Amino acid sequence: MLNYQFDWRVVASGAYAEWLWQGLLLTLQLAALSCVLGFVLGLVVAIVRMSPVAPLRWLAQAYLEFIRNTPLLIQIFFWYFGAYEVLPQTVNDWLNQWPFEFVAAVIALTVYTSAFIAEDIRSGIRAVPREQMEAARSQGMGYLAAMRFVILPQAVRITVPPLIGQFLNATKNSSLAMTIGVAELTFQARQIESVAFKGLEAFTVATLIYLLVSLTITAVVSTYEQHYLRPGGVR
Amino acid sequence: MDFTVITDNFTYFMIGRYPQGAFGGVALTLYLALVSCVLALVGGVVLGVASYLPFRPLRWLVRGYTHVMRGVPLLMVIFWMYFLLPLAFKQPVPENWTVIAALTLFTSAYMAHIVRAGIESVPIGQREAALASGLQPWQVMTYVVLPQALRNMIPSFVNELVAVTKDTSLAFIVGVSELTHIATQVNNRELTHPAEIFLFVAAVYFVICFSLTQLSRWLERRLSWGAKIL
Repeated sequence: MLNYQFDWRVVASGAYAEWLWQGLLLTLQLAALSCVLGFVLGLVVAIVRMSPVAPLRWLAQAYLEFIRNTPLLIQIFFWYFGAYEVLPQTVNDWLNQWPFEFVAAVIALTVYTSAFIAEDIRSGIRAVPREQMEAARSQGMGYLAAMRFVILPQAVRITVPPLIGQFLNATKNSSLAMTIGVAELTFQARQIESVAFKGLEAFTVATLIYLLVSLTITAVVSTYEQHYLRPGGVR
Repeated sequence: MDFTVITDNFTYFMIGRYPQGAFGGVALTLYLALVSCVLALVGGVVLGVASYLPFRPLRWLVRGYTHVMRGVPLLMVIFWMYFLLPLAFKQPVPENWTVIAALTLFTSAYMAHIVRAGIESVPIGQREAALASGLQPWQVMTYVVLPQALRNMIPSFVNELVAVTKDTSLAFIVGVSELTHIATQVNNRELTHPAEIFLFVAAVYFVICFSLTQLSRWLERRLSWGAKIL
């Protein structure tokens, strides 16, 4: 069916293999950075989202809806092309210490990921039956103590699998950073295509690498679920 | 902030060069999203039902396919179609169809999960009752289980439409003149108002996607009480 000469030696070793390897490293860096920063931001948003002050709740809700209902690509373009217009000068100066396309990609991915993490955290807390809180309070614990010792330990366990899943999403989403010139995995595959005309080989290898990452993460999640989460509730 | 760049190019953002040239912009974004989503629904039903057939290699094939599609970025699938379709058809393939093919193959895998969840949501008693009244297994699926399953999955289908609408923005990478592509074009031409352009485009996507999200939430409430709206 296909009239194409495959030549796997091109991508198996030498400069192009090195390019793909560098690309993978950058992809993992992007995913890890945006997940860690996105977790911090997401936690803050989730807490604000559940705060007793209504205007604060609305603000967090608006943030979540806006981020989740616009394409990541547009957000990346906004941070890359447009943010300097809106940000104060001191922030721009500070950001310019690093390669700007990388910074823009990290900011965009962090903000995008934070919205999904905030929802994961919120549903984790809501998944703990409310009787747990009532029981803890009736034992004489205060609200904070009940949160700290009863609700959160259970909520965290429930939230871990979706959070690991967010790392997988961040890995896949980071491929969009190629559009602003961040040399991650997809970018490198594209480079090999345009330099050596070996697009199919390069994209096969890149696809397999992405699959390897996703299989690893799926395996981690199911191991975790078998060990820490049992059907019918939290151990 | 100076939004004249938006008002000056407003029709270009909305419909591209139409009627002088091909239509683009928001119109093309909606077209790509709708066509791919409907095709993906068909693909998802085929995959979802196939995963229940009593034929093991087929089930493995379906599982393998959905795992692969859910494990790689959409951008990869778009590039694959970009390279493979011309090789397979031995002639250039229009970019619109490259993107629709990629979005359909990619979204079908997610749709298959939704269809499976829909099938699971139909009480087992329905299937048993249908079998007991003498229907063949395929009749049970087509006449009893699927109609109820499809009704249950309407909200998830609308959610998937939101995801696909956002995903159409990646069509820009192969030069399809949908909304994102037009935004980058206008931005490259003007160079002076990137923040305004991308905020406006984000707002357009937001209006489309948020309305659909709200529709899906409304449908979920209506359908979950067993109300008959269909």
